[in-house]
Amino acid sequence: MGTRQVGNAALPLMNTVIMKGVPILQQLQIEECLLRTSSHNWCIINDGTDKPNIVMGISGKAGELVEITPVLQDKIPVIRRFTGGGTVIVDDGTIFVSFICNKSDVPDVQPYPRPIMSWSSLIYSKVFHGTSADFKLRENDYVFGVRKFGGNAQSITKNRWIHHTSFLWDYKTRNMSYLKVPKRAPEYRLARDHLDFICPMKDYISRSDFINKTIDATKTHFALSSTELPSNFQFTPTSKLLSRVELEAAANNESRG
Amino acid sequence: MALRMWASSTANALKLSTACRPHFSPLARCFSSGVVVVDGLKYANSHEWVKHEGDVATVGITDHAQDHLGEVVFVDLPDVGGSVAKATGFGAVESVKATSDINSPISGEIVEVNSKLSETPGLINSSPYEDGWMIKVKPSSPSELESLMGAKEYTKFCEEEDASH
Repeated sequence: MGTRQVGNAALPLMNTVIMKGVPILQQLQIEECLLRTSSHNWCIINDGTDKPNIVMGISGKAGELVEITPVLQDKIPVIRRFTGGGTVIVDDGTIFVSFICNKSDVPDVQPYPRPIMSWSSLIYSKVFHGTSADFKLRENDYVFGVRKFGGNAQSITKNRWIHHTSFLWDYKTRNMSYLKVPKRAPEYRLARDHLDFICPMKDYISRSDFINKTIDATKTHFALSSTELPSNFQFTPTSKLLSRVELEAAANNESRG
Repeated sequence: MALRMWASSTANALKLSTACRPHFSPLARCFSSGVVVVDGLKYANSHEWVKHEGDVATVGITDHAQDHLGEVVFVDLPDVGGSVAKATGFGAVESVKATSDINSPISGEIVEVNSKLSETPGLINSSPYEDGWMIKVKPSSPSELESLMGAKEYTKFCEEEDASH
């Protein structure tokens, strides 16, 4: 992977792609293709997705995580993504930021979940520096105080990893009612329901400032190059939209216990 | 017994709870961080182990790997009858927020898959070298084992990797 001299440091190159309103399923499929087939580093920013979608982690069971009856009634898409982690509902108020890196280009970061998480929090510490936000990485979530505003997930391969985040710049409270309180939750959640557990970023930073400051903070680690996405991927991504039949089966399995 | 006691006293010195530590056979050796390596196995630099007995090789991930990954909550394994290739991914584990590829140390045909891991993925944490085994393979090129690390070499590899971060 190439480097560019910046000051006294030779920083690894990172391709930057900024999108707006791209459907989240398409974003996830692009990311998995880049993780598996590209040898470059990438920063993908998607400023909002086109409509509300529920996105579960790789092992997510819809019956346990989602209120299936209203989801089917209101035709909310449910996606299972290729990375780990929990369930989110995303929409045009969500800002997505993804880092896809060669392990060799971030040699100080051990390619395991916690070190990658800590590294990412250093970037966002810079973003919120100078604002009134009490930003922290708490267990595996980005929080202001005790309220979560960003959900993280990762996939780690032999030589590369992705760390991606859905940031709640804003959200509609009624959409949170599509999600169940998960059985597996961080300790600091203390059994709070969604609306008492999460908070929006909009009270602390504008959308454009957040995106611009994220790009600036990334420049301390990488030499950024604005680019377009490759057009032909020789790879079949695994993130998928669950069908109505699958969702109904999940609901039946859950009710049978 | 002596080795097990040594591992325990080392864990105490490191203020680790032995009640929470995985359980290991008497062939286990414990290095300075409290993580365990077992003699008689071969190791890949991607932190998988392989145990070759007769015409079957058993594969899993090491104590170092499970310790760094955290609590394993889901395991994705291939089907019996499939094939694996050396240094190529054959499955994945999910721990907390991450999926991590598992790479096979050897090539061959999968003859058995540990079905217990679907219900109890935590066996990988509690017993990475025994109950947490993942697949059994009929090696197509047994000579591939020669390029893998022994216990002593793998111990040094892990200590150097951890020290550099």
